[in-house]
Amino acid sequence: MIASLFGSLVAGLPAADVSAPGSGDFDALIPMPVLLPLLGAALSVVFARMRAAQRVISVVVLLALVVNNVILLVRVDEATGNAVGGVAVSQAGGWAAPLGVSLVVDRLAAMMLVVSSLMLISVLVYAMGQQAEERRFAAFHPVYLVLAAGVSASFITGDLFNLFVAFEMMLVASYVLLTLGGRAGQVRSGMSYVVISLIASTFFITALALIYSAVGTVNMAELSGRMPEMSGGVQAGFSLLLIAVFGIKAGIFPLFFWLPDSYPTAPNAVTAIFAGLLTKVGVYAIIRTQLLLFPNDSQQGTVLLIVAGATMLAGVLGALSHDDLQRILSFHIVSHIGYMIMGLGLFTLAGVAGAVFYVVHHIVVKTALFLVAGLVERKAGSDRLSRVGGLVRSAPMISILFALPALSIAGIPPFSGFVAKFALVDAAIDARQWGIVVVSLLVSLLTMYVMGRIWSNVFWGAPEDGVVSDRLEPGATKVPVLMTAATVAVVGLSVALLVFAGPLYDLAERAGADLLNPRVYIDAVLGGTDTGATEVGG
Amino acid sequence: MSVLLAFAAAMLFGFGTWLLLQRRLSRIIVGIGLIGHGSNILLLTSSDGRGLPPIIGSADPTDFADPLPQALALTSIVITFGVTAFLFAVGFRSWKLTNDDIVEDDVEDRYIARRRVDVDVEESEAAERESAVEEDRA
Repeated sequence: MIASLFGSLVAGLPAADVSAPGSGDFDALIPMPVLLPLLGAALSVVFARMRAAQRVISVVVLLALVVNNVILLVRVDEATGNAVGGVAVSQAGGWAAPLGVSLVVDRLAAMMLVVSSLMLISVLVYAMGQQAEERRFAAFHPVYLVLAAGVSASFITGDLFNLFVAFEMMLVASYVLLTLGGRAGQVRSGMSYVVISLIASTFFITALALIYSAVGTVNMAELSGRMPEMSGGVQAGFSLLLIAVFGIKAGIFPLFFWLPDSYPTAPNAVTAIFAGLLTKVGVYAIIRTQLLLFPNDSQQGTVLLIVAGATMLAGVLGALSHDDLQRILSFHIVSHIGYMIMGLGLFTLAGVAGAVFYVVHHIVVKTALFLVAGLVERKAGSDRLSRVGGLVRSAPMISILFALPALSIAGIPPFSGFVAKFALVDAAIDARQWGIVVVSLLVSLLTMYVMGRIWSNVFWGAPEDGVVSDRLEPGATKVPVLMTAATVAVVGLSVALLVFAGPLYDLAERAGADLLNPRVYIDAVLGGTDTGATEVGG
Repeated sequence: MSVLLAFAAAMLFGFGTWLLLQRRLSRIIVGIGLIGHGSNILLLTSSDGRGLPPIIGSADPTDFADPLPQALALTSIVITFGVTAFLFAVGFRSWKLTNDDIVEDDVEDRYIARRRVDVDVEESEAAERESAVEEDRA
């Protein structure tokens, strides 16, 4: 499947260039987030026995990806002056939209691409510093790059079936990364993770079959145009089916149960990238499909709001009851997915913009927290709250690195978490959804309590001597420079979110406006087929 | 034809679901495979029905079968095949590690449950002590 996607994309490059004379090299940038990592993965397999070469390939590819995605974001966002701008389209293989697979980059996709590529490169550096799975297994680099390609492809695809392929690419890579090493715990939780994901994929296929037989297309733009022809019940059924499919991936209530079981058993760096990106790809797919395919449905809004409230509560209560740092943080992901779904469930501009801002904020902050959790485990030899203590004296650097994202995620002003939560609660008050306002504020308080619990157990209190790690060999408590450097970079990025919260929120608002007006997207994909991506070039 | 296919898909989904709910890993994997086949058949039935092979120039294009569902089914068969193979590998590893293919409970969940029981025991012991003290007084 990867080979065929790859082939069609490669074949598409020259053809797409020819078909879009006005946009020149810009059009070629759109498939790059998928092409580059796949190319890197192939090269990485060739150099399987030379870890240094693999490292160079991965770093170069992911750095190029960051540059490419930043250029894409700037170009796409600049097109505001143009009435139909804000959406860049590349038709893979040179086949026009309803027939071929469209690759679509709008503001939301571009934002996600930039943030995800920044996280991917940071976590890669962290993994290289860790000297664990990355050094022991030749498969790490190629699989990691395939994961990067899958995540990027999920963001830019404009075709529902291609979204399935992109999901599978990402998931298969994640299965391998999760079970890398094959320890008993990994195999046990990896098994349930794979089975759950497979069931979600089967649902996805079923949904695709039903949608194709009813509507007759899997191109998202064309689907969006034709969906109003369906009766209300059919639309609602499709909408709920897709929510369930992506909800399993995103970890919304009541489909989150697999997440806190499986994430913590993965290698440290892998957990960080899973926590940061994979669930958010599910959230992205929910936002994309709900707003594009079922734009005027208020019923789904109510369902989503109830689910959002339940997700928040279930996640934070789970986090309260656990003792293992990685587990607490994993439950916490679930809780925060609720906030993103809440913003979407409001179906207002402020709500969607808040959700988009929250997703970006959460990717960065959550990755940072998991990276710090890895540092704690390295330094203290354990990540159980009851076994670690006094790190504020023995490792002040790690304490600061934990405190910044923890305060942010708890929603303390002036951090980005506060801006994100404030935007969402404000939007909910405007929409007069008092129930979700109360729940979100309550969960916010509980979040602060959870973070306080971690802080007082791990960082304050008496340093517990004699805690010799059960997972690491003695003498490994020195934290490698690269690990710290990568963590500092991600924490720095989370602080940068606070500094640039204003412009970022404006960007999220523009992205939200695009999302709420699917006409722009449809015209860009279907109307612009004869001239390629001229909407953006002009 | 279409009724037959729909029936086959329904049976596959039914049996697959039943197998999926078992406690043995090998059955779960087979169940997943069956459900996967069911959804692939569903994909095939989503086309308009039978037609000629869609080879350009061989016949009138209006008589062609819809090739898209077939292409989609082919892709999803390949993916299901690959992932099932991976599942078997993980299942084999699990069997080698534990000499059994029963799905285990989550360790951390058991830990929490045990802690909960411990707390309950402590509380009931404390209550017993208190009542004993009160009996002594009486």
